[in-house]
Amino acid sequence: MNDKAQQPAAGNSRANTKKALPEHLKSYKHVWVSVELERGVVHPVSWELMGEGRKLADKLKVDLAGVVLGAPGGTAAAVADCFAYGADVCYVVENPALEDYRNEPYTAAMTELVNKYQPEILLLGATNLGRDLAGSVATTLLTGLTADCTELDVDADGSLAATRPTFGGSLLCTIYTLNYRPQMATMRPRVAPMPLYQSGRTGRIIRHDVSLPEDDIITKVLSFLPDGTTDKANLPYADIVVAGGLGMQNADNYQLVRELAAVLGAEWGGSRPLVQKGWITSDRQIGQTGKTIRPRLYIAAGISGAIQHRVGVEGADLIVAINTDKNAPIFDFAHVGIVADATKVLPALTEAFRKRLSIAAARPAAE
Amino acid sequence: MHIVVCIKQVPDSAQIRVHPVTNTIMRQGVPTIINPYDLFSLEEALRLRDKHGGEVTVVTMGPPMADASLRKCLTFGADRAVLLTDRFFAGSDTLATSYALAFLIKKVSEKWGEPDIIFCGKQTIDGDTAQVGPGIAKRLNLLQLTYVAKIENFDLAAREITIQRRAEGGIQVLKTKLPCLLTMLEGTNDMRRGSIEDALRGARSEIVTWSAAEAGIPDLTLCGLRGSPTIVKKVFAPTARAEKAQQIEVSDKSMADISEALITEISQRQPGLEQDLLKAVAGY
Repeated sequence: MNDKAQQPAAGNSRANTKKALPEHLKSYKHVWVSVELERGVVHPVSWELMGEGRKLADKLKVDLAGVVLGAPGGTAAAVADCFAYGADVCYVVENPALEDYRNEPYTAAMTELVNKYQPEILLLGATNLGRDLAGSVATTLLTGLTADCTELDVDADGSLAATRPTFGGSLLCTIYTLNYRPQMATMRPRVAPMPLYQSGRTGRIIRHDVSLPEDDIITKVLSFLPDGTTDKANLPYADIVVAGGLGMQNADNYQLVRELAAVLGAEWGGSRPLVQKGWITSDRQIGQTGKTIRPRLYIAAGISGAIQHRVGVEGADLIVAINTDKNAPIFDFAHVGIVADATKVLPALTEAFRKRLSIAAARPAAE
Repeated sequence: MHIVVCIKQVPDSAQIRVHPVTNTIMRQGVPTIINPYDLFSLEEALRLRDKHGGEVTVVTMGPPMADASLRKCLTFGADRAVLLTDRFFAGSDTLATSYALAFLIKKVSEKWGEPDIIFCGKQTIDGDTAQVGPGIAKRLNLLQLTYVAKIENFDLAAREITIQRRAEGGIQVLKTKLPCLLTMLEGTNDMRRGSIEDALRGARSEIVTWSAAEAGIPDLTLCGLRGSPTIVKKVFAPTARAEKAQQIEVSDKSMADISEALITEISQRQPGLEQDLLKAVAGY
């Protein structure tokens, strides 16, 4: 036996049968949102979470706090926005080591804040940054973490009920972290709507100093190579999205999706099998394991609509589905359906939109 | 050099079906595969070994039948495979999983040397959490580099590694010290076919199989369901929307007419959309 490795005891009773929170965890209060500030820009998912966090905090009758980590002098705008998007409190750690995201200093700062101020709920974006950080923080704190939630709620006795797809997206499950604090969860961009921006709304700022000497941090950022803007998928924040599924039959037919998207100035994507077949790259995948979208119009061509896809598109204002199978699950959550071969409908639809838009564009703008 | 690669055997989830009446998972006959994200990490590990020498040990925790995936890794060219299997691990969440895997890796280190690098998949296709890699790194007190797009430089003598990491809006170039834990981004390499010798060796080799006791897991209350802080309270099928999709009439109509009918329907439901489209077309 290896007795060198000591782990804090989790108590004797089974986690899933014990209901009462251990005494030392009862002081954990308030809902926190980790505000993802990277290179001067806050990822919108942080504000989406702020909106969800507001609902949880109101139900629990506690404060909603934003946590902003960044370089000295670099956090003011993000802090102001925290309040405008609904936070009551903002915890701020400024340190030169927090200029760029790195796992070591960010985990150290976040863990120290949690241990000192003791939130009951900590929410993070399910981005590369958020997932990298959440996994380290939860393991350091030895608490539960539920990834990629599609819905967050609190139940009658104040526990966080985090719902996410399971079994590869065939079903949903609701997960609790009953006997550990904080209860941690991540949510993907665009799962929740943007909350209202209330200018002039303010709150309490709590500054906390964390000692993070650069000499102690082993990982160094050598450089940052910004993405070129050309042909980069921006599915989550697109107004119109056209996507294809296996019903497009082959890679050549899939081009019909791109042609319609081009006429509409839309983003294009597809369901998971298309990535596996190599028709599209994974950054174009829509669904639970790909991108979550919230467009005003979503056109799904030849997609059957498995749960794994459904959870990625349900936030769309208007879903149009084209599928040959009238019993396809996509017709259960689409608003408008066409039971027909998508490879036949798409060219006609592209042409009809092209005509309509060019005729209307040629007309003097009288309206 | 010693590299440890953590893999998971997962159901080929594209083929999972839900029973239409009982809403339960129909597991029978669902084939299992190596988690596809793990293969990018395994291939990267094999490349490092081929270039710098040493051994690649593949490990997993799972049911006894997970040895099939380990054997597959041997046919790709891994040098050794270890399966941790025990009823105590049933129902593990990510925290309990990282606990068990961290001790498994410690045991592997005692027997075959401290790893210079540990690889995990970016995430699995069944759990999709991306939490186990960071969990193992934290428990073993290792530096972690997730979502690695490319290994730029690997200097075993200086014990340094430089990588490109996928971040929001760009790529971070990070340099750190060995030992560390990496998760590779998908599409970063193509898994090799494996040589005939490896195929034969994989078929013949013994998979090292350890129970919790044999792996030296110190505290079984931190494993499986008991050691998992998260609890699945309910599993359910999503409720259908109250109304089904409004169908556009298709019988006896031309594709052009169907398209016009659809556009009219879209315009009625999203009145502002067409105007905004026109503005975009006009280049405002």
